Amino acid sequence: MKTKLKVATTSLAGCFGCHMSLLDLDERLLQLIELVEFDRSPLTDKKHLGQCDLGIIEGGLCNTENIEVLRDFREHCTILVAMGACAITGGIPAMRNNFTLEECLAESYLNGIGVEHAQIPQDPELPPLLKQVHPLQEAVKIDYFLPGCPPSADAIWQFLQALVQNQPVRLPYTALHYD
Amino acid sequence: MLNTIHIDAQPVSFTPGQSIMQAARAAGIYIPHLCYHPGFSPYGSCRLCLVKIDGRLQSACTTLAAAGQQIENNSESINANRRMITQMLFVEGNHLCPGCEKSGACQLQAVAYFLGILEPGFTHLYPTRAVDASHPAVMLDFNRCILCELCVRASHQEGKHLFAIGGRGGQAHLIINSASGTLGDTAISATDHAVQVCPVGALMPKHQGYHHPIGQRFYDQHPINQVGDANTITTGEIA
Ligand code: SF4
Ligand code: SF4
Repeated sequence: MKTKLKVATTSLAGCFGCHMSLLDLDERLLQLIELVEFDRSPLTDKKHLGQCDLGIIEGGLCNTENIEVLRDFREHCTILVAMGACAITGGIPAMRNNFTLEECLAESYLNGIGVEHAQIPQDPELPPLLKQVHPLQEAVKIDYFLPGCPPSADAIWQFLQALVQNQPVRLPYTALHYD
Repeated sequence: MLNTIHIDAQPVSFTPGQSIMQAARAAGIYIPHLCYHPGFSPYGSCRLCLVKIDGRLQSACTTLAAAGQQIENNSESINANRRMITQMLFVEGNHLCPGCEKSGACQLQAVAYFLGILEPGFTHLYPTRAVDASHPAVMLDFNRCILCELCVRASHQEGKHLFAIGGRGGQAHLIINSASGTLGDTAISATDHAVQVCPVGALMPKHQGYHHPIGQRFYDQHPINQVGDANTITTGEIA
């Protein structure tokens, strides 16, 4: 039997919607775990990344920790996939790119509707925010892009099957969308 | 043969005075475009309809058909140019499709789907641009404007002259012909052709976003080369 592909996944500046879409594979997840073995992923709760064949990343880059995790994935994964609108374009979090960081923080933590005990969080455990949100390919090389907000479970399935079988990835028209 | 051109080796007849775009459309051949619209004279700004005419790249909307032309249109190398042009249109604005009311019926997005674009290809510029929400019935989101000039042409045609393109190169932008420079004190209305003709989600009627559920939007099931331009079909015009 062929050895299983090692797969790692993570969510950076995303909403976990892409991972929800991955779970939407439903019973196909059973077929999937015949083909792949999950390393670090929200699905396994493993914290450290081993050497992997495939890394799938949801979300763009909004803080320094995101960059660290992304570089770790690039180092450990043979193939790196940007999954979803945020990973590919910055997505909805990139709407803050038209404002300064000060303006964003003030709106969220000082002047926003319903804010009590107004103060900007400064815990040293919190990773510093980047000035702007950026897509993954602006920081490391990305091998495949799977657009969608989120990509549908069908799109993810077809994509994974093509990769596992070493076939070119061709999404049917209805599986390719940016929203 | 007299009055015949060849598009990707297929013979296409034309009537003298027709552009290559017009002849192709009459023959049911799709040449990707965004600033072309059959109701207006061609503008030639988006460059998507670049085809190779006897070995030279020219825009199909501004070049007249002439007997004997051999035209390369739907080839991998021509579509590779088109992919780059389309990617540049995306990164030079702020196109957040997941939150855009036009998504699913947007011609920029539809052309990108037709070309199979999966990624931006260039570094995002994330320009700082405003939204003009000053008018009660029409909004203008400059983040999504691709400077196709269709609203300018449509507004001239309907006698209101509300828009123009100002500035040059990277500074080019849509300007509004009113004392304040905003939509609020123009005579625009949501039913103006200038609003209906916008191929993207820049000029939009207010109060009707997300009208069609996902799956039932104009380009959800079939690509633009099959269903045509949303901004010609919804206004009842035919090529
Ligand atoms: S105008 Fe079109 S391409 Fe731009 S954000 Fe809206 S749907 Fe996307
Ligand atoms: S507002 Fe719409 S129609 Fe007018 S130039 Fe911009 S994209 Fe074209």
